[in-house]
Amino acid sequence: MKIYRIEKENWASAVQSLHAAYQLFGPVEDGGFHNFKNLEAGDVPDLNFGNTRLSAKALVHPQSQLMFEYSLDENEKDHHVLKEIDGSNAKRAVVGIRPCDADAFLLVKRNFDSPEYKDPFWLNAYEATTFIGLACDAPCPTCFCTTAGSGPFSETGLDALLMDAGDHYLAKSITEKGEAFLTAGGFTPDTDADETVDGMRTAAEEKIASKVSTDQLANKVTTELYDAPFWEDVAFSCINCGTCTYLCPTCWCFDIQDENFGKSGVRMRNWDSCMFPLFSLHGSGHNPRGQKVQRVRQRFMHKLKYYVDKYNSGIQCVGCGRCIRHCPVNIDIRNVCGLMNSFGEAAAACEVK
Amino acid sequence: MLNPYLPYPVRIDEITTETEDKNLKTFKFVFLNKEDEEKFAYKAGQFAELSVTGKGEIPIGIASSPTEKGFVKFTVNKVGLVSSYLHTMKVGDIMGIRGPLGNWYPWDTLKGKNIVIIGGGFAFTTLRSSIIYMLDPANRPNFGDIHVIYGARSPGMLLYRDELAAWEARDDIHMHITVDATDDPDWKYNVGFVPTVTDQKAPPGDTDTYAIICGPPIMIKFTQPVLDQRGYGHDRIIMSLENRMKCGIGMCGRCNVGKEFVCKDGPVFTLAQLNTMPKEY
Repeated sequence: MKIYRIEKENWASAVQSLHAAYQLFGPVEDGGFHNFKNLEAGDVPDLNFGNTRLSAKALVHPQSQLMFEYSLDENEKDHHVLKEIDGSNAKRAVVGIRPCDADAFLLVKRNFDSPEYKDPFWLNAYEATTFIGLACDAPCPTCFCTTAGSGPFSETGLDALLMDAGDHYLAKSITEKGEAFLTAGGFTPDTDADETVDGMRTAAEEKIASKVSTDQLANKVTTELYDAPFWEDVAFSCINCGTCTYLCPTCWCFDIQDENFGKSGVRMRNWDSCMFPLFSLHGSGHNPRGQKVQRVRQRFMHKLKYYVDKYNSGIQCVGCGRCIRHCPVNIDIRNVCGLMNSFGEAAAACEVK
Repeated sequence: MLNPYLPYPVRIDEITTETEDKNLKTFKFVFLNKEDEEKFAYKAGQFAELSVTGKGEIPIGIASSPTEKGFVKFTVNKVGLVSSYLHTMKVGDIMGIRGPLGNWYPWDTLKGKNIVIIGGGFAFTTLRSSIIYMLDPANRPNFGDIHVIYGARSPGMLLYRDELAAWEARDDIHMHITVDATDDPDWKYNVGFVPTVTDQKAPPGDTDTYAIICGPPIMIKFTQPVLDQRGYGHDRIIMSLENRMKCGIGMCGRCNVGKEFVCKDGPVFTLAQLNTMPKEY
């Protein structure tokens, strides 16, 4: 759609006028790294960052979320009957989300927006949100977005994309929601900027040196990949801390728990992780993923094989590199993806067809 | 938007202790809102989340049959936090049911076929549902011979004993009840493990005969070779899996076996399907 521009000196006042129209979320530096916060009036998102420490997933899928409330007091009407909590979201906008993190929402949406069931908590928050991306021009060495189906200027999942052009920001509107946001912010059309944007995109994409190959994953036989000999090696150093799943923009698994306060309570959901043995422990004591190697394999097989097969799509990863940067024992999804994608190749080469 | 996490409120209408160890109770629930019963239209083989307010939810196979109206029944083993609390609850208590969830035994495929039901221990609940469903006068003509092989550790550990006795007396269903061992001099049925009884009593596995198996892993492990030997193709061996679940609708991520979620894509799979999946259950 259209390209707009805004001078950086006008950015703060633009944000103030946007505060009136949206509940704003943006990156804020706190304790040495950036994370998304609900911006108060007067707050300006700090766009001077590589990427946020945590992904933006919590904006739509909070780490803890109330689902229902109830009373356990038998003298009260409807005691022990679960009641819906008003979960309606204000019109909200996320400003400064990196394209990879915005892409991730679309991968996750397949899980929460299935043909059979719709997750109202996730979908209500997602649909109430306008996603204003911030293009990446200084990717990390651990970024591999361009081969993971995303990119530093990827527009998928975004309503508008901001680009830092020195003394001003350029902004490309991608959807009507994005157009409305830019209009509300007082951005002005810039009809000559198309070439500038193309040049910036190409330069940024060329900086992504790290790559993964995923082209053979769909052709692998699940049970053979599952039984591949490399899982013990991959899992050897893992301490099952769960940092990877916690930081990952495409990890969505959750737990549901009841919490009581005297005679009332709430049913809530909380992030969970396939790295934890309790995640899959049966009441009988049996655990289909009781061993560390089984849990590590589950994480990679889910992202790089099961998801690919289930949705006939790319991998469940956008290449943000957080799990690589923050893994305490240096497990690298790029290496594991390589092992999986090339598994059996030597044997296949010898096979007579 | 319909909230798929919101249970229908129900009242406990009846509680039956099923087994001599008192660890298995059958709960009969009545919907507080009559219209919820229609929304809960289910097929034999499906499960539901029993929601004990303030404790949590457990996924349990539906033991009643769609042909039984006015209530739903679940038989629950006392195992963890929710099921143990449920065992202390009384008739009249209010809780919730969420479902029906998952797929069901493939009743369209099974039409006109001979059915062999093989069950062990307390995994007989959706099999009861299936038997009641098939024996309903409106449905019985849709099936050929029906065999039921059902085993428990001892006579007192068999579920639904009155119904088993009633089925034994009928001539349109072949019952093969067995126990691992007993010192009861009045025991008039089989003694022996399920695989052995299957070998002795199951009809040959021709293309018109399907086996539905539910039971502990050890029973399944030793019954499968018997069925292979008797000629049951793996697309005609139907099994029901269980894994730890929370959401029951394929979203929370824990019950997967490969790319399939036991809660949504299952719990019913043919052995032919399971052969292509990791053994993670």
